[in-house]
Amino acid sequence: MWTILGYALAMLGYAAEYAFSSNGVVARVAAAPRRELVTASVGGGPERVHDPLWDDPDGLSSPVADVGTAPSPAGGKGQRAAIFGKIGVALTAVAALAHGGALVTRGLAAERVPWGNMYEFVLAACFVGIVSWLVMLALRPAVRLLGLFVALAQVLLLGFALLVLHTQVAPLAPALNSYWLKIHVSAAALSSGILLMAFIPSALFLARDGWDRGKRSFPYTLGRRLPAADSLERLAFRVTVFGFPIWTFAIICGAIWAEAAWGRYWGWDPKETWSFISWVIYAGYLHARATPSVRRTTATWIGVLAWATMVINLYVINFVAVGMHSYAGVE
Amino acid sequence: MIASARAFWRWLTSMRTALLLLFLLAVAAIPGSLLPQRNLNPERVNQYLRDHPDLGPWLDRLWGFSVYSSPWFSAIYLLLFTSLVGCLLPRLAQHVRALRAVPPDAPKRLDRLPQHASGLAADGAPAAVAEAVAATLRKRRWRVAVREHADGVTVAAEKGYLKETGNLLFHFSLLALLVGVAAGSWYGWEGNRIVVAGPDHGFCSSIPQFDESALGARVGAEDLPPFCLQLDGFDVEYLDSGQPVSFAAHATYTEGLSGAPRQATFSVNDPLRLDGANVYLFGHGYAVIVRYTDRYGVSQTTVAPFLVDDDFLTSHGLAAFPDANIDPTGKAPRSDRAQTAFSCVYLPTVPSDVTLARSAHPAEKNPALMCSAYQGDIGLDTGRAQSVYELDRRQIDSGQLSQVGPETKLAPGESWTLPDGSTMTFLGTRKWAALSVRYDPGQQTVLAGSVVMLAGLLISLTGRRRRAWARVVPDEDGRSLISLGGLPRTEQPSFAVEFSQLVSVIEENHGRTVRPAADVDDPGVRPGNAGVRG
Ligand code: HEM
Repeated sequence: MWTILGYALAMLGYAAEYAFSSNGVVARVAAAPRRELVTASVGGGPERVHDPLWDDPDGLSSPVADVGTAPSPAGGKGQRAAIFGKIGVALTAVAALAHGGALVTRGLAAERVPWGNMYEFVLAACFVGIVSWLVMLALRPAVRLLGLFVALAQVLLLGFALLVLHTQVAPLAPALNSYWLKIHVSAAALSSGILLMAFIPSALFLARDGWDRGKRSFPYTLGRRLPAADSLERLAFRVTVFGFPIWTFAIICGAIWAEAAWGRYWGWDPKETWSFISWVIYAGYLHARATPSVRRTTATWIGVLAWATMVINLYVINFVAVGMHSYAGVE
Repeated sequence: MIASARAFWRWLTSMRTALLLLFLLAVAAIPGSLLPQRNLNPERVNQYLRDHPDLGPWLDRLWGFSVYSSPWFSAIYLLLFTSLVGCLLPRLAQHVRALRAVPPDAPKRLDRLPQHASGLAADGAPAAVAEAVAATLRKRRWRVAVREHADGVTVAAEKGYLKETGNLLFHFSLLALLVGVAAGSWYGWEGNRIVVAGPDHGFCSSIPQFDESALGARVGAEDLPPFCLQLDGFDVEYLDSGQPVSFAAHATYTEGLSGAPRQATFSVNDPLRLDGANVYLFGHGYAVIVRYTDRYGVSQTTVAPFLVDDDFLTSHGLAAFPDANIDPTGKAPRSDRAQTAFSCVYLPTVPSDVTLARSAHPAEKNPALMCSAYQGDIGLDTGRAQSVYELDRRQIDSGQLSQVGPETKLAPGESWTLPDGSTMTFLGTRKWAALSVRYDPGQQTVLAGSVVMLAGLLISLTGRRRRAWARVVPDEDGRSLISLGGLPRTEQPSFAVEFSQLVSVIEENHGRTVRPAADVDDPGVRPGNAGVRG
C-alpha cells in the first residue's frame, strides 16, 4: 500500500537528517543552558524557555517556535540535515493523508466505522499515532528528530498488518454491531496510538540515558544524537498522562458493552485480562514516577513494559488465546 | 512485636509496596489468560486435564483453572486494597487538614524560589497594598492568607487542592469498585437454558428449569424473582456469504406471580431487562421435529434441539423414543429392540457437492436431515449421565444398541420406513435460542465507581498544586514595594507562564512603576526545579 511507501520514504528523510545532524537540533538541545529552563522575569513577559522538546507555555495549546529561537545552527551541514528532516515531515504528512484516505474508503466500502477487525484496528491505531505525532510536531518542531523512529514504527506495524492481518471488507457481525463498539474501539485505538507515541520517546530516553551513562553498545549508540534525556522522559510522561485516561475510558466502555453483549461486565476473557494487565502496569508507571525514590530510568522501564503488554494484547492474544473477542477476523 | 507490626504496616502502606503489589497483580493475572478457566470454558479445562495427565492435576491443585477466584490472586488484591486503605486514610486526613489550613508564610528569600519577581512599586501603605494583592489573588481563586510582620506584610497563596481531591476520589472509587464486584459475586446469580420456539416450550425461573445455573454465595433458590418466558420466534438475517447481519428473539413473558403477559423483542447487544434479572441472547440453532410411528401404529413426536457444529449451522443431535414399541394392549412381551433413536446431522443448506456433510449456508435454503436409526437399549437406566445430543457409545459397543437400516437422508416432510415396519417422518424444524438469565446487583456500584474513578483520574492528572507569595515592604517615600515568588509543587512546565501572568496582573492592578527585571544571572537564582518534583 502507498501509505507504507510514504512512511518508508519519510524515514529516509529523517534518517538523513539524523545522520547529518551533529550540528543540528540535537547539538543545540544538548548545549542549551539548563538555567534558562526556570527563569521568568517581570516586564518582558516569560523568558523563552529553551527546552525544545518541552517548551510548555500552557499545556498543549500554544505552539512556540523554539527551534527558531535557539542559537542558529553552526553551518551548512546542519541546514542540510534540517532540509532532509523537513522533507521527511512533508512525506509523513502525505503518507498520513493516504493513510486517512485508506481508512475512509474502507469505511465507505463497508458502510460502517473502519475498525471492525484486527487489520482495521491496527490501521486506525497507527493513524491516531501518526496524527498525534504530527500534532506534537506542530507544537514542538524539535521532536522532528524522533521522526525516524516514528516512521520506522509505522512501517513495521502497517507492514505486518498488510502482510499478515489483511482481510476483505465485510460488514460487522451482529455481536459487534453496537454503538458501544464504536466508542469502545475508537477509544482503544485512540489510546493505543497515543501510548505508542509515549513508547517511542520512552525507548529513546532509555537509549539516550544509557549513552549518557557511558554505555557504548548498540541500542545505546542511537542515543548519541537524540535530544536530552530528561526532555525525552518528560515528553513520554506527558503523553502517557494523556493516553492513560483514554485507555481507562476504553476499558470502561468495553465493560459496558460486555454487559450488554455477554451478560457480564467483566469475565476475565484473555483480552480483558491483558487490558487489565496493561492498565495496572501503566498505573504502576504513574506511581513509580510519583515516587521520588524510584529512579526515572526504572519508571520508564515500567512504561516500556506496559507498552509491551499492549502489544501482546493486540498481537499475541488475538492469535493464541481463545476468548470471546474472537472477532479479530484473522484468516 | 508491636514494633514489628508497625514496621510491617509502614512497609505495607508505602508507595514502593503499592508498586510491588500492582506488579504482582499484573503478573498473577497472566496464567489465567493462558490456561483454560472453569468459569469460562469448563469443557476446555477437562480437555486440558485429559491432555496433560501429569501437569494438569498439579495446576488444578494450585487453582490454575480458576485463577481469578484463587486464594493467591485474592491475597494479592486484598493486600493491595489494604495497602490502599492504609495509604488513603492518612492522606485523606492530611488533605482535610490542608483544606482547612492557611497557606504557609512566605520564605525569607523569595528570590530563591523557582519563580520570582521584584521591583514592583505601588502607592499606599503596605497593609492596604497587601490587602489589594490578596483580593486580586482571591478573585483568581487562590486561597490566601495575609500576615503582618515588623518589616512588612506578606501574602501567602495556594491553589490546586483539587489535584489531591481528584487523587483521593480516584483511589476511593477503586474501593467502591471492589465492593461492587464483591456484592455481585455474593448476591448475583445466573442460569442458562436453551429455549425452543413455541408455546409448548416456555420456562419459568426456577433452578431445575435451567440447563445450568450458578448462584452467588448469599443467594438461595427461593431468591430468584418469579417470571416465565416463552420464545415466540427468532429472526436472523444473513448475507449471501452466510455471515449473520442481525438477530431478533421475540418473546412473551410474565413477571411476578400474576403478571400480565407482555411481548418483547431482544437481541445480541440488547438484552431483555426484567425486574431483578436480565435475559441475554447467546446463541441460536435449529430444533428438529421428528414423528415416529412404531410397530403398533402408535405415534410420538419430539422436538429435539440440535447442537451447532459450525458457522453455517451444520448441527447434530438425537431424536430418541425410549417409550416406543410397547404393545398398547399389553399382550406382546416387551422387545429388547424396542427403544428407538435417530442420531442425525442437520444441514440447513445442502451443498452442491453432496459428498460434503457440511452445510453451505446457515439459512434453510435446501434443508436435509441425515439420520442413522438405532434400536435396543438407549441406556437411560444405566445411571450414567446421558448426552441429549449423542448416543452413548458404550451401549453401541456392548451390542445393547445397534444400527438398523442404512443412513438415510430426508427432506422436510419425507418419511423413512425402518426394517421393522415402523416409520419416522422429518416434519421440519423450529428455531431455538440459548438464553442466559443473569442478575448482578453490584453492577450499578461498579459503573458509578468507574465513572467517578475516571473523573478523579482526570482531575488528578490535570490538577496542579502551586504556591505564590507576595511580600510588601514600605520604601523610603512611604509607598510600597512588592516582591513576588512562586513555587510549583509538582512538575508543571506551564507554571512559569502562569506566574508571569500573575505578575502582570498585579502590576496592572496595583503597581505603578516597574523596575528593571530581575537579573536572570543573579547567583541567588537556583537553576532547575529539582526540589519540587513529584
Ligand atoms: C488498587 C491499586 C491502585 C491503583 C490502580 C492506583 C492507581 C493510581 C494512578 C493511576 C495514579 C496516578 C494518578 C495521579 O498521578 O494522581 C495514582 C497515584 C497515586 N497513588 Fe495509587 N493506585 C493504587 C494503589 C495505591 C496505593 C496502595 C497507594 C499507597 C501506598 C497509592 C498511592 C498513590 C499516590 C500517593 C498517588 C499520587 C501520586 C502523585 O502525587 O502524583 N496508590 N495511583
